[in-house]
Amino acid sequence: MTETAAWTRVGAIDDIPILGSRVVATPTEDIAIFRTAGDRIFALYDRCPHKQGKLSQGIVHGTAVTCPLHNWVIGLDDGLAKDPDEGCVDTVPVRLEGRDIFLAVKP
Amino acid sequence: MNMIAKIPARRRLILIGNGMAGVRALEEILTRAPDVFDITVFGAEPHGNYNRIMLSPVLAGEKTFSDIVTHDRDWYETNAIELIAGEAAATIDRDAKTVTGANGTVRPYDALILATGSNPVIIPFPGHDLPGVIAFRDIGDVDTMLAASRTGTHAVVIGGGLLGLEAANGLARNGMDTTVLHLMPTLMERQLDPVSAGLLKKDLGHRGMTVLTEANTKAIHGAGKVETVELADGTMLKADLVVMAVGIRPNTALAKSAGLDIGRGVKVDDFMRTSDPAIYAVGECVEHNGAVFGLVAPLFDMAKILADHVTNTAETPYIPAVTGTRLKVTGIDMFSAGDFTGDDTTDDVIFRDAARGVHKHLTIRDNKLIGAVLYGEAADSGWYFDLIRRGADISDIRDMLVFGPGVAGGGDSGVESLPDTAEICGCNGVSKGRILTAIAELKLTSVDEVRARTKASASCGSCTCNVEKLLQFALGDGYDATPKIKAMCKCTAHGHDAVRAAIVERRLKSIPAVMRALDWVSPDGCASCRPALNFYLLCAWPGEYADDARSRFVNERMHANIQKDGTYSVVPRMWGGVTSAKELRAIADVVDKYDIPTVKVTGGQRIDLLGVRKEQLPHVWRDLNAAGMVSGHAYGKALRTVKTCVGSEWCRFGTQDSTAMGVALEKMTWGSWTPHKTKMAVSGCPRNCAEATIKDFGVIATESGWDLHAGGNGGITVRVTDLLAKVSTEEEVLEYAAAFMQLYREEARYLERTAPWIERVGVAYVRDRLSDAGGRRLLRDRFLESQRLAQSDPWAERAEGAESHEFRSLATVE
Ligand code: SRM
Ligand SMILES: Cc1cc2nc3c(=O)[nH]c(=O)nc-3n(C[C@H](O)[C@H](O)[C@H](O)COP(=O)(O)OP(=O)(O)OC[C@H]3O[C@@H](n4cnc5c(N)ncnc54)[C@H](O)[C@@H]3O)c2cc1C
Ligand code: SF4
Ligand code: FES
Repeated sequence: MTETAAWTRVGAIDDIPILGSRVVATPTEDIAIFRTAGDRIFALYDRCPHKQGKLSQGIVHGTAVTCPLHNWVIGLDDGLAKDPDEGCVDTVPVRLEGRDIFLAVKP
Repeated sequence: MNMIAKIPARRRLILIGNGMAGVRALEEILTRAPDVFDITVFGAEPHGNYNRIMLSPVLAGEKTFSDIVTHDRDWYETNAIELIAGEAAATIDRDAKTVTGANGTVRPYDALILATGSNPVIIPFPGHDLPGVIAFRDIGDVDTMLAASRTGTHAVVIGGGLLGLEAANGLARNGMDTTVLHLMPTLMERQLDPVSAGLLKKDLGHRGMTVLTEANTKAIHGAGKVETVELADGTMLKADLVVMAVGIRPNTALAKSAGLDIGRGVKVDDFMRTSDPAIYAVGECVEHNGAVFGLVAPLFDMAKILADHVTNTAETPYIPAVTGTRLKVTGIDMFSAGDFTGDDTTDDVIFRDAARGVHKHLTIRDNKLIGAVLYGEAADSGWYFDLIRRGADISDIRDMLVFGPGVAGGGDSGVESLPDTAEICGCNGVSKGRILTAIAELKLTSVDEVRARTKASASCGSCTCNVEKLLQFALGDGYDATPKIKAMCKCTAHGHDAVRAAIVERRLKSIPAVMRALDWVSPDGCASCRPALNFYLLCAWPGEYADDARSRFVNERMHANIQKDGTYSVVPRMWGGVTSAKELRAIADVVDKYDIPTVKVTGGQRIDLLGVRKEQLPHVWRDLNAAGMVSGHAYGKALRTVKTCVGSEWCRFGTQDSTAMGVALEKMTWGSWTPHKTKMAVSGCPRNCAEATIKDFGVIATESGWDLHAGGNGGITVRVTDLLAKVSTEEEVLEYAAAFMQLYREEARYLERTAPWIERVGVAYVRDRLSDAGGRRLLRDRFLESQRLAQSDPWAERAEGAESHEFRSLATVE
C-alpha cells in the first residue's frame, strides 16, 4: 500500500506523566506514546515482540521501556529488543509541535 | 621499484560450531595473534557460547542459563568476530574455499576450523521418535526437561553413565519420579569398579531415583506422545519423558560431505589438521590416532595445539593426557582416573569403610599408580591424579598410599602439600604452579580473578574450593573469602545495603537525589533499581517521601494483577478469610454487572475476579468499596493475606480464637509495603490447618498461649519457619508481629523474602533483635507510625479519580 499517513493531534505532552506512557486506540490496535525524562516523545505499537505484553504498562528509563510481563527491554527509538533478547516492534512516526503531540497513523 | 612494504591483508578464518572446543580455539588464537584473522563463526545454536558441562546444574536448579554463558554477544563484538548464530553451516566448497550456511549466507576462508561436537546416540527402539523422547546435549533439551517436569510426573532415563545420572538427578530434583535403566550390571562401568558403583546406586536411591541395572529396553509406547517404556522382561514403566543418554557419536556429516577423511570422527594429525591442510578440526568431532573424546580437558589441549599451528607460533604435537571424571551430583563425592581394571601385571590397593560409604581403589603397576577410583571421599583426588600423570615412583610410600597425602605425603594434607606440577583444574589443565604464579604476578585476590586470568575452575567448577585454598595459602590473612559486594544493578557499583545506609545517613529523599549522590551511571536508572529505591525511600521517610508511580511495577501502579492477555484481576481483602452474605452478594453483583469471566477462590483464602478490563477497574472498585471491601494487595510487594483456621470458636481441638487473632493481625498490617510480598497465618492448635509454618510470619496457638514463627514460604524452594518466641497474650503477638515487620522492612534487600533474608542474617540475629523488649517496642512504634500513613485504600482513591490517566486512553484515532 502506498497511502500516506496523516498527522493527527492526539493530545498534549502534559497528558503523559514524565517517564510514563499513554495509549492511543486505533481501529486495528493500540499505540503506546512514551514520554522520557527529557520530554522526548516516542510511539510504538503497544505490543511486546516477546509475548504481546503491553509496553505502555512498563517502566520507562533512558530511551527504553521494560516490558511488564517478562522484563524484555525495548528501545523506544527503534523498537528493537536489547541484548540478549531479539525482536522488534514497529515504531510509529510522532512529533511535537509546541506541547501538542501529532501522530502519523495510516488511515 | 616500489619500496613501500605491503601491509599483509588479514587472513580469513571461519569457525564452524560455536561450542566449547571451537570458541576455546578462538581464544587461544586471539592471545597469540590478535590482529591476523578476520573471523566468522557459524553456530547452529541461536546464542553465544555457554558452558555445556554446567547444563547439569542448570537442570538441577542450582544455576541459571545466564550463569553459564561464557561468551555473550558482547564478547564477539569486542573481538570483532562475526557471529552467525542460529544458522548451521550447510556446505564447504574446498575449491572455492567458501562455506555456505543453511540460510544461504556465504563466507570465504583461508583457514577453516571444524568444531561441530558430537551427536547423542539415539537407539532406534520402536517408539524412539515419539514426542517426549529426547537426548541431553544442549540448553534446548534442558528446557524440554524442565517443561516436562512441570506437567508430567514420571521420567525414564536410558543409560547409567555420567550424562544419564546427571539428567536423572536433575529430573528427580524437579520432583519427577525418575527411573534409570542401565544395560550393564553396574553403573558407570567405565569409571567405577563394581563396589563403588554399588555405593553410588544406593546413594542415588536415597535421592529418590530408582536404578534398574541389566535393564534391557525393548520399546517405547504411546499414542501421540510417550507414555510407557517396555523392558525385555515384560516390565512396563510409566513415562511422561524419556531421556536417552547412551553415548555420543562425533558429528562428521559436514566433513564427510566435503570429502574429508573420516573414521569414527574427522581424522586429524598431531597438529589438528584434517586431510585438507587448510581445514583444522577440534573437539568431540575429531578422531586422533584412532581415539575419540568426550571430556573437555583433552579438547582444550587440542585448542592450544591448533592455535600454535594456525598462527605459526609453534609446532607442538598433540599428546593425549590421562583424564579424570567426576559426577556432578551435589552431595556425591567421587573421582575416577586412569585404568583400574587391572590384569596379571597389576596390584590393587583397596580401602573400604562401609559405615561411612567410603571406598578407594588404587591400581599399581611397576611401582607406579596407573588408576584410582575414589568414592565417598575424593578430597585427595588431585594428589592421586598428579601421581598418575607424572608416572611417579611410589615404592617409598606404597604402604601409606591409600591414606592420602596427609599420611603418605609427609604430614600436610590438602592442596598446600601438592607439588607445583600438580593439576588443580582438570578441565582446563591448570597446574598449582601456574595459579600461584598468576596470583603473585597479577596480584589476584579473588576466585573470580583467578578464573578470569587462568581459567582454573571456569568449566565444571569442582575445583573451586582448591583454588580458594591456594588463594588463602598465597595471600595468608590478605585473602578475604567474603564475596565481593554485588552491585544493585548495572546502573551503580553500590550494593543494596550501602544504598540504604546512604539514604538514611545522607538524608537523601528522592530517587534523583540518590542517583546523583551515589553516582548512578544511567540517567534515570532501570526497571530493577527504581522500584528498589522507591521502596527504600518510602520506608526511610514515611509521610515525607512522595511515592513515585513511575518506579512501580505495573501491578503496584494499577493496584491489580496484570494477566497474560493484558486484562487484570481484582482481589478484595477478606479479613482473616472471613466473609459474609453481604460481601458475597456484592461480589456476585459486580461479576454480573461487569461481565467478569472468571471468579476463583485463591490459595490465600479470598476471592479473585479475573479478566477485568483496565477501564473497568475504577468502577469495579467503587462498587466493592460501597459494600465495605478494600484492596487485598494481591498485586503488591506488600502484606498480602492472613490465613486462619476456625479455631476455638468452633473446632473441637482449638485452643485459642485463631480467627479473631488473624483478623487483628491483618487489620494492623494491611496496606504496608515490604521488600517482597509478606504473608501471615494463624492456626488454632498445633495441627496447623492454616499452614502457618510456611508463612513469613506464622502464629500457632497452644494451651498456654501462642508460638510465633517466621521466615517460611512455599514457592519453588519451600522453607519451614523458625520459632521466634513463645508468648502468652494477644498484645504480645501483635507487638512481635509489628516489630518483625519493621525489622524486615528496614533491613532486608528489595525482592528478598523473609526466608532468604533470615537465611542470610541468621535466625539468631532476628531473635536477638526481637527479644530485647526496648528495641522491640521501638521497632513496633516505627511500624505503627508508618501504618498510620499507609492505611488508606488505594482503590477508593482511584475510584474517586486519582491517577485517572492510567485507566483511559489518551485518544482514539479512527
Ligand atoms: C491468585 C493466586 C493463585 C490462586 O488462584 O489461588 C496466586 C497467584 C499468583 N501468584 Fe502465588 N498466588 C496465590 C497464592 C499463593 C500461595 C498460597 C498462600 O499464600 O498461602 C503461595 C505459596 C506461599 C508463599 O507465598 O510462600 C504462592 C506462591 C507464589 C510464588 C512463590 C513465592 C516464593 O517466595 O517463592 C510466586 C512467585 C513470586 O512471587 O515471585 C507467586 C506469584 C503469583 C503471581 C503473582 C504470578 C505473577 O507474577 O503474575 C500470580 C498472580 C495471579 C493474578 O494475577 O492474580 N506465588 N502463591 C493466590 C493468591 C492468594 C491471595 O489471595 O492473595
Ligand atoms: C550435560 C553434560 C554434562 C557434561 N559434563 C561434563 C563434565 O563434567 N566434564 C567434562 O569434561 N565434560 C562434560 N561434558 C562434555 C563436554 O560438554 C563436551 O566434551 C564439550 O562440550 C565438547 O565440546 P565441542 O566444542 O567439541 O562440542 P560442543 O560443545 O557440542 O559444540 C559443538 C557446537 O557445534 C554446533 N554445530 C554442529 N554442527 C554445526 C554446523 N554444521 N554448523 C554450525 N554449528 C554446528 C553445535 O550446535 C554445537 O553448538 C558434558 C556434556 C553434557 C552434554
Ligand atoms: S497462579 Fe501461581 S501456581 Fe498458578 S500458574 Fe500462576 S504463578 Fe503458577
Ligand atoms: S511479553 Fe514482553 S517480555 Fe514477555
